This record gives sequence, structure tokens and C-alpha cells, in this order.
Amino acid sequence: MSLKNSPWVMHFDTGSCNGCDMEIWALLTPYYDIERFGAINAGNPKHADVLLLTGPVNKKSASRLKNLYDQVPEPKVVIAVGDCASTGAPFQDCYNICGGISTVIPVDVFVQGCAARPEAIIDGFSKAIGILEEKRSGRHGSERGDKVAGAENAGIQSQAGHDSGRGER
Amino acid sequence: MSRTMIIPFGPQHPAFLEPINLSLEVSEEKVSSVKVNIGYNHRGMEYALALDYKKTQYLVERVCGICSFHHSSVYCQTIEAIFGIEAPERAQIIRTIFMEFQRLTSHFLALGHVAEAAGYESLFMRSFAVREHIMRLLNRLTGSRVHYSVNIIGGVRTDISAEGARDILSVIDEIRPEVKTLRDVFLNDVTLVHRLSGAGKLTLDEARDWCAVGPVARASGIKEDARLDGFAAYGKIDFQPIVREEGDAFARTAIRAEECIQSLDLIEKCIMIMKDGETSAVAKKLPAGSSYSRVEAPRGELVYFLRSEEKKLSRLKIKTPASVNVPILASILKNASLADVPVIAASIDPCICCTDR
Ligand code: SF4
Repeated sequence: MSLKNSPWVMHFDTGSCNGCDMEIWALLTPYYDIERFGAINAGNPKHADVLLLTGPVNKKSASRLKNLYDQVPEPKVVIAVGDCASTGAPFQDCYNICGGISTVIPVDVFVQGCAARPEAIIDGFSKAIGILEEKRSGRHGSERGDKVAGAENAGIQSQAGHDSGRGER
Repeated sequence: MSRTMIIPFGPQHPAFLEPINLSLEVSEEKVSSVKVNIGYNHRGMEYALALDYKKTQYLVERVCGICSFHHSSVYCQTIEAIFGIEAPERAQIIRTIFMEFQRLTSHFLALGHVAEAAGYESLFMRSFAVREHIMRLLNRLTGSRVHYSVNIIGGVRTDISAEGARDILSVIDEIRPEVKTLRDVFLNDVTLVHRLSGAGKLTLDEARDWCAVGPVARASGIKEDARLDGFAAYGKIDFQPIVREEGDAFARTAIRAEECIQSLDLIEKCIMIMKDGETSAVAKKLPAGSSYSRVEAPRGELVYFLRSEEKKLSRLKIKTPASVNVPILASILKNASLADVPVIAASIDPCICCTDR
């Protein structure tokens, strides 16, 4: 029960433009205030349940991201916030990026938007809490990466499995 | 006997919003030397921006989300010089208004960050609450909270309607008392002043040696502000930079707090002098040439250099203010106590995505 009522969040920037990071900070502060879901910003990966990740993952931060992910105790959920975290989108031709969080670690929820709106991040966050609860009770059997937050609002199709074929680049 | 050890700060650290790594050599809680390790945010923007100049306008805002409008304005300014056109007066004023709004959002982010690093949780929340008013106003005006997509080569594509101008003025009236209160807290609160005074001191000579820019330079007594050049509409609205002498974390914070009030005044002046007219000039095909221009971003002077061949860009070089200010950490963190490191780092207002690009 405690996980559902108080999921602690850790935020890490893997090379974003800061647009989505600012919106994450807006979430932690008045008006959006995800503390009403019991979420507290934990600076320590060992305390975290939910990873809020931004950025297209540049080559230097990839190993750090993997390292952080491994330190977060199970069950954990990963939210890729923003287009660049989901697909590498505006930076896809840059020489120094891996192209999205899912190229390095498994992602549970993709939040769309460049920058992702706080409402969309909250939407993704509430989906993540659901997944976290399912994982805790061992009911989570569906494929990772099948939830796309904000897709309904943006009129964008679900990008489930968009990362297949990414390795070719 | 003192023992020396090395403490890594970052790339993931609660005190930093962004990935930067400081290796602090510490003996007896005193920092004896600092290595600044950057590159966790390097995407290769200069390369990507020069690939296709029709897409550059979109991508240039994604260099940095905190000062996106400054990046797109200086890019437009530079490429307009190559095209040989000038944005109409109304467009210049609109650019100035959005630049000042973005300075406000950026300064409140920096102030909130300093407050949080100093342990003032509610001050941090209040700074962000004011900031949210501005973000929402910008959302109403441009349809976006972070990347406004207002600039185009030759002017702006989003006009500010009469209704929008009234909205701006009413929001300014609404937030001004709170901004003043926050400024007074940052300037006068005894604990906060004690906490920040003397921390991370950068003398005038050191500031010159490190080529500091923006609030960091102005806090050390250098009267340096690109807005004095009078780009966009700054020549018409009688601007004078705010300068202090102390050079410590307090002075840097105080400058930002006072610049918030100044920005509100500048926006009001812009609205007053805004006249009806065109908002964009027509840009035909891109000629060969090169140009250089600068604006004052929230963190200081932001410089773009462009070189174009027929119909394409061959080189785009960015010099961001943070890339000049972040290395200063190596100097001002020396001899600081370990507990002061987050405050001093926050007072420089490091923006890693600008530094690394
Ligand atoms: S999705 Fe867009 S706004 Fe968000 S971090 Fe990436 S580039 Fe910036």
C-alpha cells in the first residue's frame, strides 16, 4: 500500500534541453504539486520508486543512467518525459546521442510533448503508479513501453514498440 | 594531521538540477581543489543546427529550454544581418517583451534554486509559484510554456493583440507585490543574508580574469550588459544595468532579485511604446556571408556566429554565458566549506545544457 500512496521520484537529466526538466520542477511546486500523490523528490536512487527521466541520452551519460537504474530497488517504474527522451526526436541527427531512454534501459511510460506539459506528466505519473502497484503485487505481465501518456490529448497514436529497429542507426 | 579525500558531486545530485560533475578535494570539511567535469549534456547542437537552416529555427530553441527565446532571437538577429533585412519595430518590441519574460522565469528558477540550496523550502515554493503565473501568461500568449516558437527570420509570427497587452499588464500588476516581497526577503532576511554573504567570493580582478558575464560579472562590480548595445528595443526603453560590488553569493542573488523588478518595468515600458505595424519582414533566399551578434540572456552575454554559403549554413558557433561562468566554480569553491558548495554552485546559476550544448 505504501508504494502506491507514496511513490518517491528521482529525476535525472540525460542530456535534455531543460524544457522538460523545468516542467518537472513545476510539478514539484505549487499549482501542480505532485506531492498530493504522495510523491517526494528523492535525490538518492536507493530511495526512489519512480524514475522521471528526460533527454535523448548522450553517450557520456548512458553508463551513468544504467548505473542509476541498477541502483533503484525493485519494483521500479521508468517514465521517459518528453519527445527527446521517448525517441530522441529533435536531436536524432546529432552525433553524440543514443536516441531515447529506451535504448539504454527499459521504459514503462512515455510522456509526449516538446516540452511535455505538466498535465501530461501527471497523466504519465498516475499511469506509472498503477504499473508500480501491479508490479508490487506481481500482476504486471504486459510488455513494457505500452503506455503513452498525453497521446489522447495530442491526437498522436500510441508509440508502443517504436523503439524496435533503433539499433540499426 | 589532516586527511584529504575526494568527494564526487554529481552528475546526479539533489543539489543540481542538471548533470554536472564536481570532484572536490576536501580536507577537514574545507574544499582544497575542484575539478569541473562537464559533457553529460553534450548533444552536438552546433553541428545539428548547421545541417539545414530551414529546420534551425525550430531546433535553436532546443539548445536550452530556460533561455530558448534568447537563443532564437540572437539566431534571428544574426541571420537577418546576413539576409540584409531588419525586423520591423513592432517585432523588435515583441521580442524584447518575451526576452524579459523569459529572464523573469529564469531568474525565479535561479532564485528558487538558491533558496532551496540554502534550506529555505517555502521561499523556493513561493518563487516557483510566481514563476508559474508567468508561465501561464506565456502559454496564453504563445500557446506554449517553454518553447514559444514566436521568432521567425525577419520578425515574429505571433503578434500581441490589444487583449494580450491588457493580459500582460494585469498579470504584472498582480505579481508585482509578490515579486517585491520576494526581493525584500532575498535582500533583507537576516539568516539568508548571513548564509550567502561572503560565500563564493569573486573579486573584480578575478571576474575580469575569468571573463565573467551576466549577473556574475555585475555582482563583482563590472558594468557589463549586452542590453546596453540597444539590440531589439532596448535602445528605446532607457535601460541601466544593476551593479553591485560585493562579488559573493549574496550579491549575485540580490542582482537577480532586483532584475526581476526591473524586467517588469521594462515590459511595461515596451507595452507603452508599442505601435501598430508590420510584424515581419520578408526574407528571400539565403546569400553567402557571415555575421556575428549578441544578446543578453538571463545568465549573460550570448553570442552567435554564423557563416553561410548559398542557401545553406556552413558554420554556426555559439558562445553561451554559462560556458564562461561554470568554470569559475573551480576558483570560487576553493576554501569554501563543504556545506556551502550547493549554495555557491546555485548562485552562479549554472545551466549545463547551455554549457555543453
Ligand atoms: S522533449 Fe523537447 S523540451 Fe523536452 S527536453 Fe527534449 S528537446 Fe527539451
